[in-house]
Amino acid sequence: MADIPAPDAHKHEVDAVTGVATTGHEWDGIRELNNPLPRWWLWTFYACIVWAVIYWVVYPAWPLVSGYTAGALGWKSRDAVQVQLADLRAQRAVFADKLAAASLEQIESTPELLSFARAQGRAAFGDNCAPCHGAGAAGSKGYPNLNDDDWMWGGSLEQIQQTILHGIRSTDPDAHVGDMLAFGRDGILQRPDIVAVADYVRSLSNLPAPPEAKADLAKGQEVFEANCAACHGADAKGNQELGAPNLTDGIWLYGSDRASVIATITNGRGGIMPAWAGRLDAGTVKALTVYVHSLGGGK
Amino acid sequence: MNIATKVQPAAGGDDDRPLYEARRKIYPIAVHGTFRRIKWTLLVITLGIYYLLPFVRWDRGPNAPSQAVLVDLANGRFYFFFIEIWPQEIYYLTGLLILAALTLFLMNAVAGRLWCGYLCPQTVWTDLFQAIERMVEGDPRERREKLKHASRAQRAFEAAAKHTLWLMIAWWTGGAWVLYFADAPTLAMDLLKGQAPLVAYLWIGILTFTTYVLAGHMREQVCTYMCPWPRIQAALTDEYAYNVTYRYDRGEPRGSLKKTEALKLQGLPAGDCVDCRQCVAACPTGVDIRLGSQLSCVQCGLCIDACDSVMNKVGRPTGLIAYDTETNIDRRLKGLPPVHKFVRPRTVLYVALILVIGGIMVATLATRGSEGVAVIHDRNPLFVQLSDGSIRNAYTVRLVNKQPLPRRFAIAVEGVPEAQVEVAGAVSTVEDGRPVVEVGPDQTYELRVLVSTHAKLPASASLPVTFHITDVAGGETSAAPDHFKGP
Repeated sequence: MADIPAPDAHKHEVDAVTGVATTGHEWDGIRELNNPLPRWWLWTFYACIVWAVIYWVVYPAWPLVSGYTAGALGWKSRDAVQVQLADLRAQRAVFADKLAAASLEQIESTPELLSFARAQGRAAFGDNCAPCHGAGAAGSKGYPNLNDDDWMWGGSLEQIQQTILHGIRSTDPDAHVGDMLAFGRDGILQRPDIVAVADYVRSLSNLPAPPEAKADLAKGQEVFEANCAACHGADAKGNQELGAPNLTDGIWLYGSDRASVIATITNGRGGIMPAWAGRLDAGTVKALTVYVHSLGGGK
Repeated sequence: MNIATKVQPAAGGDDDRPLYEARRKIYPIAVHGTFRRIKWTLLVITLGIYYLLPFVRWDRGPNAPSQAVLVDLANGRFYFFFIEIWPQEIYYLTGLLILAALTLFLMNAVAGRLWCGYLCPQTVWTDLFQAIERMVEGDPRERREKLKHASRAQRAFEAAAKHTLWLMIAWWTGGAWVLYFADAPTLAMDLLKGQAPLVAYLWIGILTFTTYVLAGHMREQVCTYMCPWPRIQAALTDEYAYNVTYRYDRGEPRGSLKKTEALKLQGLPAGDCVDCRQCVAACPTGVDIRLGSQLSCVQCGLCIDACDSVMNKVGRPTGLIAYDTETNIDRRLKGLPPVHKFVRPRTVLYVALILVIGGIMVATLATRGSEGVAVIHDRNPLFVQLSDGSIRNAYTVRLVNKQPLPRRFAIAVEGVPEAQVEVAGAVSTVEDGRPVVEVGPDQTYELRVLVSTHAKLPASASLPVTFHITDVAGGETSAAPDHFKGP
């Protein structure tokens, strides 16, 4: 190593193998070859700097204490989004117009309209309905599952649309109305009667009463016919005009266990769904109707 | 290890060292010979394919475009003669890129930078632009004369003519590019009438700019500084690979014709190289091939033609610069006969890989079906209990019809006991009750399928199910697996 001449800032060393001058820099005996970049590369770099400066002037660029430099063009990403949204609406208008003109049945029987309505309906459902009914419309206690075939107010296209437009027990004058009375709280029925009718109602859908309960089904039936049959029907199959659910099937909105049924009869039930007329446009309601109907429970 | 030997006193201080290299303008002379003819032929073929291919027609029936090669971005289709590629078959493009890479490797292992020298668009367009430059402004010698003697007006006229021709070629390069993305005759007419979509003009503008700048102005700078391939190829070549080589064993010591002839008469060593520098003058990247294989050399073979014509004039054998291998130069220096070794581990490996991958691609292309089915189980809710106590699962099913005519598919679900299958949008049923849906030509169709059963399912059941679709007319079948979930 001793024979290596010390790097000298005022000498050009030339590498013997490549014949290329070195930069004079040396690290542990390794010297850096000086292969200079082409001059145009430098100009490209300068051009990028100029471009950046122009960009700062023309477009929003620098954050300030409160706000930012707006740029000479006045370009805003929000405006750009608005333009894109307008384009989107214009593109959708073709189908949206067809949707507005078609009847609900026509929408369901035309594949392209059906898929458009289902896509729009799914989005509108996520925005407006999912908070109560769940993202998959599976509902929860007190909020009906819209996938099944059990409908309190009817599952035909027209009935679903009516429910969406005017709601249930809402402030809309055309809303569905119908009350499950608080038989216990309001003193209409005494506790033993309530327990008896609860056991009877549960027996209608083959739900067994606990053995220690000594269910009095005859008494329950008697109480049912006197108090419940008016709305739920003598056969307990319900009445969609009044929103009285079918008590003989396997679906229980507020739970089918004995305590829940007793609580329902004692305190009554009256879930509320808001009216969407005036909040959603007619096309969106149509799309929602078709979407809900197509979830699989539609009649 | 000491490789830094010469220490030269610098003219000035450290600051005098150039940080950037000034551009050296390269005006190669025209040459005539075998490789020039090969290059002209390949130029005509490659540019001919590029400019004319969009106009080639290929009949695919009434529901598909009749352009042989078409990238239909709007509908997500790629057409290549009898092949149609859907977006989900993008792996064919991956396969094609792998084949292209392997072919490049193989070219390198056999005969150096064949791609760079003859086929690369950068080389082909630069070659064309340089030919136009020589046609308008003359050979380098004429240019030097003109700089001294020709009038300012004449030189300005020639420069204007050259740049106009360059821009016209560049414009048509962009013009041909956009024709691959739409029906070529229609778009060409629209372009002429000024009625084509803005994006077409935009892309023509971009490609006009890049062609004009890269082929007209940047030229060898692209190969030397922008392209990664020279760096890679240096690692892929070996001592048996043919490269454009100066046979220094024959050429050195070089000297003028007179001097070398005199030396030969005296019985002293004298090479065949007459140091006429025609190889350097002909080189489109401005290198001296006599310094050996180097990064800037694209191996276009023009120095071979230049040298051969000089050798013919001076009455010495041609091939002083030729395709040769390092091994053979060494062997000749040792007085051994040359060897030609094409079968080497790397060439065998490349060919084998090309055959395997190409074979797999051809086999999958030949055997792929013209229909498809994909199933997604509803995530929320996983299952629905119906009022009669039965359990229902919902699926989104996508049917794919890759044929350019409408087809009807019967759907069956296998694996659920006592299954009832409902298909929204079914148009009819076949005899055994399977629902049938219609899918348009070359389209997909998404439908909702509800499967319910009264059967008593085990707790937390997850039954494997299979969706079968059958082309009612043709009988082709496809299947997709999924699950049926219970409470």
